[in-house]
Amino acid sequence: MIRLDAGWRALLRPGDWLVVCAGLALCIYSALAFWTGGAPDGIIVRAAGKVVAEADLSRARKIEVTGPLGITLIEIEPGRARVASDPGPRQYCVRQGWLSRAGAVAICAPNQVSLTLTGRGSEYDSLNY
Amino acid sequence: MTPSTIELVPTVKDRRIARHAAAAIVLTVAEAVIPLPLPGVKPGLANIVTLVVLARWGWREAVWVALLRVLAGSLLLGQFLAPGFFLSLSGALASLLALGVAMHLPRRWFGPVSHSILAAFAHIGAQLVVARVWLVPHDGVFYLVPVFAGAAVIFGTVNGLVAGRLLQELDAADGTVEREPD
Repeated sequence: MIRLDAGWRALLRPGDWLVVCAGLALCIYSALAFWTGGAPDGIIVRAAGKVVAEADLSRARKIEVTGPLGITLIEIEPGRARVASDPGPRQYCVRQGWLSRAGAVAICAPNQVSLTLTGRGSEYDSLNY
Repeated sequence: MTPSTIELVPTVKDRRIARHAAAAIVLTVAEAVIPLPLPGVKPGLANIVTLVVLARWGWREAVWVALLRVLAGSLLLGQFLAPGFFLSLSGALASLLALGVAMHLPRRWFGPVSHSILAAFAHIGAQLVVARVWLVPHDGVFYLVPVFAGAAVIFGTVNGLVAGRLLQELDAADGTVEREPD
């Protein structure tokens, strides 16, 4: 923080501090509003093409989805989600790891389960690794 | 030599405006030399002159000084009627309107720093609107809003402090010496 000597500080009247603070608040607000595109706010889980679960990413929990091969376990943590386990032979969706961007998708094709992250300012329609 | 039929007699006020505008133009040209990381983010040192004129001589003279500065500054920098000129002009007009309102805030509470910051925000606001509507017709320009807002706070505060200091010294000079009958 820059130190102002008394002479300079006297130039700042009480209202000036208020305006400076309001300006800084506007900076922070605009940064939050314009720079958080791509943050996910929820997930959609599909089994055999049908939506079986929709959840927000606010708290940690687990969702079990039953497919033709068995149970796929979806794990949610605040701000991210993953397929924790899947009965499929190649484990592609499990090995994608944690998904944390809006539009990201993990597809467990053999068990016909998919996990999609949704977001307001989604930068991509779909994101696959 | 044929005597001119048009007599232009500059008044005291005209000379004062010209002097202040000249100071503002010098600052504009000097500022153009400073390398800047992002187009559009610059200190706006010439606004110090506008603030001083506003406080000492009122809004109308501040308008004259600011608009003359935009016009002559753009001519000197080869920017006249280029996109940069319209950005400067829209910014100057918006900040003058903001200053016209801000100058009526109670003086006990709000000084040049407030005026400067409010004018800076009006400036970037108008420039963003012009840029969005005309130059970059895409919402991508708003990605830079936080950067511009940060610059407005920082440079607004610094310019306001410098203007405040200048006003202090000018007022002190008025107190000791009789004001020059310019």
